[in-house]
Amino acid sequence: MEILIYLVPMALLLGLTGLAAFMWSLKNGQYDDVQGAAVRVLSDDDIHK
Amino acid sequence: MAETLDLSIYVKRQDDGTAHLDLAIEGIDCAACIDEIEGGLCQLPGVVEARLNYTNHRLAVEWRDGELSPAAVVEELQRLGYKAHPFQARLVEEEETRRAKWLLKCLAVAGFASMNIMLLAVSVWSGNVTDITPEIRDFFHWLAALIALPAVAYAGQPFFQSAMGALRNGRTNMDVPIVVGILLALGMSVVETVNSAEHTYFDSVVMLLFFLLCGRYLDQAMRRKTRAVAGNLASYRAEVAHKIEPNGEVVLVPTAALKAGDRVLVRPGERVAVDGVIISGSSEIDESLVTGETAHRAVRAESQVYAGSMNYNGTLTLHVTAAGKGTLLDEVERLLGNAAAAKSRYVQLADRVARVYAPIVHTAAALTAIAWIVSGASVHDALITAISVLIITCPCALALAVPVVQVVASGALFRAGVFLNAGDAFERLAKVDTIVFDKTGTLTLPTMSVVNAGDLEPALLQAASRLALSSHHPLAAAVAKIAQDRRPYEDVVEEPGRGVRAIVNGIEMRLGSPAFCGAEDLAKEAVSLDPTASAIALLWGDKRACLLVRQALRPDAVEVVTGLQRRGFDCRILSGDRPEAVAPIAAALGIKMWRGGCKPAEKIEALEALKVEGRKVLMVGDGLNDAPALAAAHVSLSPISAADLTQAQADAVFLGDRLEPVQKTIEISRRAHSLMQQNLGIALVYNVIAVPLAFFGYVTPLVAALAMSGSSSLVTLNALRARGRSPVLALAEHATSAEPVLAPQGA
Repeated sequence: MEILIYLVPMALLLGLTGLAAFMWSLKNGQYDDVQGAAVRVLSDDDIHK
Repeated sequence: MAETLDLSIYVKRQDDGTAHLDLAIEGIDCAACIDEIEGGLCQLPGVVEARLNYTNHRLAVEWRDGELSPAAVVEELQRLGYKAHPFQARLVEEEETRRAKWLLKCLAVAGFASMNIMLLAVSVWSGNVTDITPEIRDFFHWLAALIALPAVAYAGQPFFQSAMGALRNGRTNMDVPIVVGILLALGMSVVETVNSAEHTYFDSVVMLLFFLLCGRYLDQAMRRKTRAVAGNLASYRAEVAHKIEPNGEVVLVPTAALKAGDRVLVRPGERVAVDGVIISGSSEIDESLVTGETAHRAVRAESQVYAGSMNYNGTLTLHVTAAGKGTLLDEVERLLGNAAAAKSRYVQLADRVARVYAPIVHTAAALTAIAWIVSGASVHDALITAISVLIITCPCALALAVPVVQVVASGALFRAGVFLNAGDAFERLAKVDTIVFDKTGTLTLPTMSVVNAGDLEPALLQAASRLALSSHHPLAAAVAKIAQDRRPYEDVVEEPGRGVRAIVNGIEMRLGSPAFCGAEDLAKEAVSLDPTASAIALLWGDKRACLLVRQALRPDAVEVVTGLQRRGFDCRILSGDRPEAVAPIAAALGIKMWRGGCKPAEKIEALEALKVEGRKVLMVGDGLNDAPALAAAHVSLSPISAADLTQAQADAVFLGDRLEPVQKTIEISRRAHSLMQQNLGIALVYNVIAVPLAFFGYVTPLVAALAMSGSSSLVTLNALRARGRSPVLALAEHATSAEPVLAPQGA
């Protein structure tokens, strides 16, 4: 059961990373325009001919 | 455009030398609009950034200060085919956005904690039936406590605050038993962890919190969406006024830029945009949107006029008075204060249940402890069982029963073009048995229209309407609406106070007062049939016609009102207009109980009398004079064209030209209310089954987790039925774009 010494901290760390990423995206305003984000991906304004 | 609108009050100057403007954009219907608008604006010199929020149709533009005028941005958007309206975020909306973010954070924390604790809990459950060592079980319990305690302290705040607020006022609400359950379960789990016991409840607590926060967040999100659309609509309606600068120059400004003491010019055919006192000029004004009275009032210097009145024939100079001053407004404000105080006594269904529920549950837990001690169990076991009763009855399903239905039903209303102001309106709407309508602007359309269009020769009608495009008179605007060919005739001469004339293909054409067109005999005959209408005459060579213009009934008014009466609703009219004008409308709708010439106080009296009879009244009204009556009624609705003060009092606001939303609102509310009751029933049945199990000590954390999430899911699924069976075709966006926007003046 020594494996728990690695696994448990790793599980907690992964969870906390996910939480931190979510908090960052919330602060970054990524949920302000949910529908817009869905359609902006279709625009090709980054292609310069 | 001859005049440009001065938007400088909406511009926010920022420290880095850029100017910022928020606009609500009308006419966005596809993804391509984003590129078109942002790309188009970025081509303007000086624009630093243009970002369109596709969810709420708002555009934020930033440019280097001084290089561009805000009007140029609006004009560019106009050229691209979009109408832009300056937008000022209201305090309520900002507050809601902040709260939504906070709830989302709590939700994320609860989500993180519940997933991690579940990982540990499942290991313990499966270990308990196989070969877990007590050391590892303790280790897992300690880990779970480490995650759960801070997570609950953070994510539980919305409930702690609400429960504290209620207790401080000496009341209980649903959050009180929730908080008691959460804290007891946490406390007991910590004690059990210290004692290296087999069971802890950390997983149930955090999962419960996660479910409840989901409900809260969805409720909040729905309300925020409604508010955002309502905010946009309010800015579409924002009016403009001609302000007279101290140097005598006339500039076009949004009414938000006007201050008390400013002078404003109102030309014939324009709507008065502010409350004020006339300094010079005399005219006749139509105050039907304010008082419901359709007969015009003659005004001269020193007269008080209200925002929303239509100026007919003379040019007026107004002195703007501070908001809330003036005889009518004072009375309305005073009545509003009284009426609103009376209404706050209503107790919501959920709180009524909570008042009964909390004492019963707490007594049951106490009885459990006593019963176990009496039957010879140890104090420790008795306490554990009593606490498990409290945990299993923690009203998760009960707390979700009402809000989830509210979310789904207000979504259904939103699609039907109705915006809810008050969350508890469903319960009140479902009980309605009497519907009182205002006449002007509610049963009738807020704008004038030609009522005898069907009796006239189509060619004459089209000629008249095309000629009317060149006139500034308010009655002509009603005629112009029916023009199919939107190009005005050339060389049209307008004779103020008489009408317009033009020579078309060598034949003279005139539209205006009957005397101007030599059609007094025709007009007299027509008006005798319909005494409340105004007559406009047309002369085209030797052909003559008389058009009758008045506020027509909403297109489906007859159908909706008779439908409501057939279903047993008692429909009545209380109008501020003259009885002679109300009678024909009441007759057309088949309404027997009606009153005209009501002052705001008389409307309230009439509603009070109905209340004494034990009736639950739905008041539908739009005028400023209706605001106190809306506040006094059991529940109220108003059309989107209503005065701002009136809309703020209504429990819900409906869009569009039709009266159907009134019927829809009642239907959806009734369905929602019965679903709320069903949900409360489900929650009750769950408790009836769960409490005896807990009483006899059969509740393990696994059973608690399954029972609680099972009942919550059941309640949520049942709530989804509030959407209704029929597929909803009309999208809310369509309802929004179909909304007739009041014509901006001077544009």
